[in-house]
Amino acid sequence: MTALELVGITKRFGQTEVLSGIDLAVAEGEFAVFVGPSGCGKSTLLRIIAGLDGQTSGQVRIAGANADGLAPAKRGIGMVFQSYALYPHLNVAQNMSLALKRAGLARAEIERRLTVAAEMLELTPLLKRKPGTLSGGQRQRVAIGRAIVRQPKLFLFDEPLSNLDAALRVNTRIEIANLHRLLGTTMIYVTHDQVEAMTLADKIVVLSSGTIQQVGRPIELYTAPANLFVAGFIGSPKMNFIAGAEARRAGAKTLGIRPEHIRIANENPRWDGVVRHAEHLGSDTYLYVRTDTAGELTVRVAGEAQAAVGERIGISPAPATLHRFDDADLRLAPL
Amino acid sequence: MRCSAGSTAINSKLARRFAAHAVLIGYTAVALWPVLFILANSFKSRRAIFAAPLALPGPGSFDLVGYTTVLRGGSFGTYFANSLIVTLASLAGIIAFGSMAAFALAEYRFRLNTLTGLYLMLGIMIPIRLGTIGILELMVGTHLVNTLAALILVYIASGLPIAVFVLTEFMRTISDDLKNAGRIDGLSEYEIFGWLALPLVRPALSTVAVFTMIPIWNDLWFPLILAPGESTKTVTLGAQQFIGQYVTDWNAVLAALSLGILPVIMLYVLFSKNLIRGISSGAIK
Repeated sequence: MTALELVGITKRFGQTEVLSGIDLAVAEGEFAVFVGPSGCGKSTLLRIIAGLDGQTSGQVRIAGANADGLAPAKRGIGMVFQSYALYPHLNVAQNMSLALKRAGLARAEIERRLTVAAEMLELTPLLKRKPGTLSGGQRQRVAIGRAIVRQPKLFLFDEPLSNLDAALRVNTRIEIANLHRLLGTTMIYVTHDQVEAMTLADKIVVLSSGTIQQVGRPIELYTAPANLFVAGFIGSPKMNFIAGAEARRAGAKTLGIRPEHIRIANENPRWDGVVRHAEHLGSDTYLYVRTDTAGELTVRVAGEAQAAVGERIGISPAPATLHRFDDADLRLAPL
Repeated sequence: MRCSAGSTAINSKLARRFAAHAVLIGYTAVALWPVLFILANSFKSRRAIFAAPLALPGPGSFDLVGYTTVLRGGSFGTYFANSLIVTLASLAGIIAFGSMAAFALAEYRFRLNTLTGLYLMLGIMIPIRLGTIGILELMVGTHLVNTLAALILVYIASGLPIAVFVLTEFMRTISDDLKNAGRIDGLSEYEIFGWLALPLVRPALSTVAVFTMIPIWNDLWFPLILAPGESTKTVTLGAQQFIGQYVTDWNAVLAALSLGILPVIMLYVLFSKNLIRGISSGAIK
C-alpha cells in the first residue's frame, strides 16, 4: 500500500514556479529522503504534504485518501522541525501531549503514550523541564517525541540535524534510523546533505529547480545516476567531469568518473598530470591532479599515498567505471 | 612597557565610563528638575512659592493648602477616575487591535499587505490633531461629545499606527517553525496568535503600552475639545480650572499636577521590567 502519493504537484509564488509536476509514491514503512541544494523546492514540497502550504495544482494522497483541504492536524502526520519549535512556556511533558489533548484523547491514554515515548527517547527524567533548560540534542529528542506520541501515519522531518554539531549529528542520525526500524512508520525526511540521504534512506528523491531528477535506492543513485546533476550531487568528493575531445572520443558530451575509481598507474597511464594539492585524511588521501588532457581531476586513494605537491604522476580509471552523458546531460548506457 | 600600555587601556576605559555616566546623570537631572520643582513647591505656602521658588519646603514655608483646595473641591476624584478609565480603555484597545493587526501583517500573505502597512505608517507621520475639526464634527454627529467614549476612540485611533508598526517587527521575529508546529498540533489561528505569539512579544507589548499611555494621560487638547463637561473632565483638564485669566491658584495647580503624576509612575513601575527588555531586545540580537 502507498503511504503517500503525490500526483502532478505544482507550486507557484506569483510568476515563479518553485515546483513543477511532482509525481511520487512512497510505500508504507519506507524511509524516503528528499535531497537537493537549497532552493530546489524540497522544503516547500514537505510543507505541501503537511498541509502548511497549499499546492497550485495536483493532489496529495495520504494512506490512500485525498488530503487536499484537510487541516495539518487532521492529516495523521507528525513533524519534526529544524529549529525544534518547542513551545517555550510548556514543559517537556506538556509539549509532547498538547496535540493529544487537542485531539480529545482520554487522560490515561495520553499518559500511557507519553510514558512509552519518553522511555524510548530517554526523556523520562526531563519531563518536568522547560525547553529553555535543555541542550540542543535533548530538544531534538523532545521534538521527535512530540511527533511519536501522535502515532502518525507519516513522519515528516525538515532538516532535523542541521542545528546539531557534527558529533551529535552522527549519533542522532543513527537514532533516527533505529527509530524507523522500531516503529516501522513511513518517514519523509528533507535534507540538503547527501551523506544523510545515503545513510538513512530506503528511497532517495533528488530534487533540483523544482523537478524530480531521480528516484531510487541510494546505491542505484551512486552506480547509475540518471543525469549529470545527480552524478555531481551524490558522492563525496564530487564526481569528476571531463568534457571536450576526450569525451567526444567516447561518444559523449561529458564523461564522469568518481574520485575513488581512479588509480595511480605507473605503466600506460590514461592521463598524466601534476599533483596540485593533497589532503591526507589517514583513511584516504585526496589528490587534486591537473592533467594534461582531461583538466583537473580529484583522485581518492585508500590509505596514505606518498604523492608530493608538484610531483608528476600517471592515473587511470578502474575498468567499467566511466559514466557517459549525452548533449541533454542524460546518462548513456555504459560502453 | 607592556604594563603601562595596560594601565592606559584601563584608564581610557574608566574615562569612557565616567563620561557616559556624566552624560546620563546630567540628563536625569534635567529631566527630573521640573518634576522636583513642582513637587517641592506644591508643599509650600503661596507666599513661600513666590519668595523663594527654589527653596525646599521648610518649617516656615510648609503648607498643605494646595492639596486641601484640590481635594475639597470634590470633583477631583471624578477627574482622576475619568483619566484612569480613558487611559486604560485606550491602552487595552490599542494593545488588542494593534497586536492583532501586527500578527496579520507579519504572518499572512495577502494582496494588500504592504499597502495596508504603508497606510498605517501614514498615521505615524501625520499628527491626529490636524483632523480635530473633522473629529469634532464626527463626534457631534454621533452624539459622543462630552462622553469618555469619544476620547477613548480618538486615542485608540491615534495610538494604533505606532503600535502596529512596532509590534509587526516583533511578530516577524517569531519562528515560522513554532507557528507551524502549533498548526500541526491542532491549534487554531486564534490560538496561535493569543497563546503562542502574544506571550513571546510581551516585552514589546509593555514598551508600546508605556509609550502610548503617557501622552494619553497628559493630553489636554482632546479633553478640552471633545469632553470639557464637568462629569467627563480628565485630571490635566481639571487642573486648568485653578489657572484663571486674572488669578491663578498656584498651590492648587501644583498639587493637582503632583497628584496627576502618581498613577503614571505606578503604571510605569508595573511595566518597566518588560519595558527595558523590549527596548534592548530590539537593539541587541
